[in-house]
Amino acid sequence: MANIKGTITVDVERCKGCGVCVGACPFDVLALSSEVNGKGYPFVCQARGEACTGCANCAVVCPDGCIEVFREICKK
Amino acid sequence: MDKVYSRSALLTDNVMHYCPGCSHGTIHKLVAEVIEEMGLQADTIGVSPVGCSVFAYNYIDIDWIQAAHGRACAVATAVKRLTPEKMVFTYQGDGDLSAIGTAETIHACNRGENIAVIYVNNAIYGMTGGQMAPTTLLGMKTATSPQGREAAIHGYPYKIAEMVSHLDGVCYVTRQSVQSPAAVRKAKKAIRQAFENSMAGRGLSFVEIVSSCNSGWKLSPVEANRWMEESMFPFYKLGDIKAGTPAAI
Repeated sequence: MANIKGTITVDVERCKGCGVCVGACPFDVLALSSEVNGKGYPFVCQARGEACTGCANCAVVCPDGCIEVFREICKK
Repeated sequence: MDKVYSRSALLTDNVMHYCPGCSHGTIHKLVAEVIEEMGLQADTIGVSPVGCSVFAYNYIDIDWIQAAHGRACAVATAVKRLTPEKMVFTYQGDGDLSAIGTAETIHACNRGENIAVIYVNNAIYGMTGGQMAPTTLLGMKTATSPQGREAAIHGYPYKIAEMVSHLDGVCYVTRQSVQSPAAVRKAKKAIRQAFENSMAGRGLSFVEIVSSCNSGWKLSPVEANRWMEESMFPFYKLGDIKAGTPAAI
């Protein structure tokens, strides 16, 4: 059975902390940070990165194009 | 690991001036992705409106003209007739397209100009501070209808997509949204269809995208998306309104 692992990178300075991606993630991977970026916005981060499958839903809904998605399929 | 998603190369490095969670950002992204996938970067001319999206030319790396308020369809008509080999589209909000630009829009539709129209409907004048627009829902509170829109005083909201769908020059009318991953993917297909229609000379394609204006609506981005689903979608019903080729052809 294939085991799918995903991860994302966030352009922290571009993120405006709107939170739309947080709700779009089917696995509750994302959360807004308690810190803020240079513009004063909280930014999105992977709170439960191990659950990410790289489905890219977060990146698809991100209005500012801050998220890049990576995916690896490991065959067992 | 393989990269499965990154922002379109057509999007510039400028950080968009839109409010956090604004639908404009998502729609810009889709327009850029579709143009990139169609390989039309050098052959696309966009016409930007007056409104929040007036600065669209700062964000998508294609040729742009910025039209006077409401006149994007008239400008696009000239551009497409002079350069018929180019893909020409307008990007307009509801204050631009369905208020001050109603005449230009309807007549461009009726003439069946081979352009694509991206119509971003958030039911409010976002840039100027959240005033009532012709598209504002009944009962909806805005800066100029603080008690809510009342039909007896302000008239009724109107659906310009349904209106133009009756015109023979229009080949494709659809209403989409971009609040969820599934909706974004559908909206992208609709934009692609519209751009293909423009290149094939099938007539005018009209893509309405029901959008949120969380600042104007005084809601958080996530609450605004929820309010849009509960309040906007029952009136502005999503889906294809007209699909096919114009009757004249």
